[in-house]
Formats: sequence, structure tokens, C-alpha cells
Amino acid sequence: MYKALADAIKDAESQKKTLAAIALAAESRDQGRPVEEIRAVLKRALDVMRTAIDKGLTGDMRSASGLVGGDAAKLQQNQNGPLAQTPFRDILTRALAVQEVNAAMGVIVAAPTAGGAGVLPAILTGLAKARNVSDENVVDGLATAGLIGAVVAERASLSGAEGGCQAETGAAAGMAAGAATEMLGGSPSQVGHAVALTMQGTLGLVCDPLGGLVELPCVFRNATGSAIALAGIEMALSGITFAIPVDEVIDVMGEIGREMDVRYRETAGGGLAATPTGRKLAKERLYQIKRSES
Amino acid sequence: MVSLLDIIGPVMVGPSSSHTAGACRLGLLARCLVGGTPQSALLQLHGSFARTGEGHGTDKALVGGLLGFRPDDERLREALHIAEGEGLDYRFEKTTVADAAHPNTVRINLERDGTQSTMLGSSLGAGRVLVQEIDGYPVEVTGNLHTIVLVAEDRKGSIARITGILAEHDINIATLRLTRKEKGGDAFMVIECDEQPDKKAGEELRALDWVRWTRRLDKVSGG
Repeated sequence: MYKALADAIKDAESQKKTLAAIALAAESRDQGRPVEEIRAVLKRALDVMRTAIDKGLTGDMRSASGLVGGDAAKLQQNQNGPLAQTPFRDILTRALAVQEVNAAMGVIVAAPTAGGAGVLPAILTGLAKARNVSDENVVDGLATAGLIGAVVAERASLSGAEGGCQAETGAAAGMAAGAATEMLGGSPSQVGHAVALTMQGTLGLVCDPLGGLVELPCVFRNATGSAIALAGIEMALSGITFAIPVDEVIDVMGEIGREMDVRYRETAGGGLAATPTGRKLAKERLYQIKRSES
Repeated sequence: MVSLLDIIGPVMVGPSSSHTAGACRLGLLARCLVGGTPQSALLQLHGSFARTGEGHGTDKALVGGLLGFRPDDERLREALHIAEGEGLDYRFEKTTVADAAHPNTVRINLERDGTQSTMLGSSLGAGRVLVQEIDGYPVEVTGNLHTIVLVAEDRKGSIARITGILAEHDINIATLRLTRKEKGGDAFMVIECDEQPDKKAGEELRALDWVRWTRRLDKVSGG
């Protein structure tokens, strides 16, 4: 797999191919598996993503601690917000839905991780619905997203414990923005700018879940991460470029993660987890989980 | 090498790839050591597994793995209740394995039909796992491929004999790692295979009188 998005973009441009095609060819070469087989695995992932969204919207999802759940339905029903009836609002709803299913031990696709699993399905399936994109093109989107995620894994990190939330929902937003930009007709170079324009907006984001549970703020960070990705997509497709090359943006995300105090890396020692209310809620809820299981 | 399918995946029961999917995979690998669902299990949780495991369903995922459920199996949610019906008597304990151990580490002690086995493993993030110790022997098993772990006397030609048996059973070796503590001491072999080694191959390896013990661990991840 590629270690720099610049190299993948260069190959795509010189071969006049999409980044999805370039990514699938590289994966096929690396793993010795035919492209069709890889596409079939990605199609199954897409089906699971859609099932999770439906379940989150219709099911009565409650997390182990009871800290999150039911908000996707609330967002879907509200007609008064400034984004009512827009794909933007639909995407935020989908992101919450997937994360509520995740928190309730439902089946999701960790893409790239379980904690950031809401962004990519929300953006890709939401835009596919709004723009009538075929499943085949959405599967291509997943391949492009996988390429971007692989580069982030190689150059920085995809783990909140290593790099904070910028490495989970931030990376997910970058992956989703790049994938959607290509899905909506953007060029390989526009994909690069979409990733850079998105990830510049999540740099420094800490991982501070209450009680260390993938619940609060994780569920909401998937919605706000999706919003930042939409901003990146919109700007890149308008021809806006970001002066710092995408690989350098990814590198600096990794650098910030390594410099980040351990309290802000999934340990529940800082950030929202360490606020007076954060501590109190975590203590009460963890006690409740123990009691309900014993 | 990062695989695209590791990034878009795994398909899993939430909420945490490290605390749930990884924990389930460790349970699945441990199950292989006793050849099926154990009758008793003592699970010693270390670090973050001990501190936040309950809220992440780590306990359910570990027990679910011991029952043979995979990370995307929705029965994981009910694994603790199902275990009772399957005759699996499990017990959890919080412990400190070693100060420097990975934060998500568990030692699993199992018994099935008189066979006992102990495994030490960690969940590294994104569902990836690493088994570091089997029955006290140091190993490095990721579960990305079918794996044979073998302890043998350190003698000339042993590798040729073992790889010969695998070749006769049409099993291609992906990686082979050989270590020993001292010259003439026991040799530890971790052999990762592209194909699943059949029972017969295992029996032939076990029949070699200079092989002390061998275990087969199924592939639990890697698409």
C-alpha cells in the first residue's frame, strides 16, 4: 500500500485512473487477492454500515452505561433546525445512529476504528442517497477511504491512545472527505486537498471519553467530525486548495499526537472526562454497569 | 504492511476495536489451545482491560471468544449467559501482569477434559492482537494466519523434518520464526501457514519424539 498520498495521486494522474482504482490495484498486489474479491469484502462492509444506520434510527439503542442513545432519532425528527431537509442534517443523523449502535454493542464496521466508525458511513451513504450514487461507486469510495486511512496509519496513527481523537474521528473525517470528493467527481488532486482541508480542522483534538468508555463525547464527535468533512468536501470541489501538502498535514497530526499529554489519549485523565461532572457521571455509571451485571 | 481491508474493517460488535474485537480474538486463540470450549476459565485482566473492561464488554467478548464466537457475532452481548448453558465456568480477576505489560493484556488459564493451558496476550488497537506467551513459553502470534506453535529439542535437521511434513500436507509456510534460550536448549518455533493445517499434520508433528509439544491456533483476523 502507498506510504504517501502524493505518490498515489501522481500514479492516478499519470495512469488516468481514479484513486479507488489505484488503491484496489495496490491492495490486490500486496495481498495476492483479485480486485473483485476485495470489492466483495468492501461491499459487505457497506451493507453492514447501512444496517447499522437503519438500526440506529429505528432501534432503541442504549449504551452499557446509559450515557448515550436515542439522539439520532431526535435529530431525525426535529424540523426546526437550520439544516432541516438537507443532506447535511441527514449525514449528522447517520453519524449519530452508527455510534449509538456501536455504544450498545451492535454490529458496525470499524473504519478506521470503532470510536470513529460513524463518519465514513454517514458521509458516503448520505451523499450517495442525495446524489443517487450507485453502490459500485460507493464501494470505490470505501477503497479510496482505505487508501487514505492506510497512509495515515503509516505516517501518523489511527489510535486515540496514541494520537488523541484527531487520529480517530479526525482521520475518519479525512478519509470520508477524500472518498466523497472522488465519488462526486473530484480529481485525485482535489481528493488530496479535501483530506488536507478537513484534517487541518481536527488537528489537536484530544481523546477524553468519560470513564474511558466509547460513548461521551465519542458519539457526538462523529457528528461534528462529519460536519468538518462536509466543509472540506465543499471547499475542495470548489477548487479551493490547501497550501500545506496533505502528507505534511498527516505528518503533523502524528507529531501533535506524540507530543500530546497522556491525559488526553484515551486515559480519561483529562479533557471532558476530568471535568467535575465528567468524573461524577463516570463514577455513577460505572458503578451502575457493575451492579446491573452482577 | 497496512492492508486496506484492515482500515475498512473489521466488521465487529461494538463498542471498542481494542477492548471488544481484540478481546474476542484473544478468547478465540486461547480456545484453540484446549481444542474447543473449555469447562473452566480463569481470566486475569491487566491495565485498561481491568479498569474499563466492563463498560466495553471486554468480559463478554473474552468469554464469547472462548465459546467460539467471532468479533461480528451478536451473541457476544449475551455471552456470559450463554456460557452457563454451555457448561463454561468462568472467573475474572484483576491483576498486574507486569508493570511494563501492554495496557490491554489478559492471562487466560483454561481447562478442558483434563487438558490445561495458559496464554498471555494483548490487544494492540484496531482489533489487532499479539499472543506473547503460551504455557510459559515466549511466542509472538498475531492470529493473522493459521499458526503452529511448537517446542522441540534443539537438534540438527529439525526444521527440515517439520517443514517436510507440512509440505507433504500441501501447507505453504508464510513465516517461520525460531528462537532458543541457549545452545542445546529447547527451540521455540512459530510457523505461520497460508493454509489451515489439518489434524493429520498435527498428529505427525506430535509423533516426532523430539517434539515436546505443539499447538495449532486458527486464523482469527486478517480478512
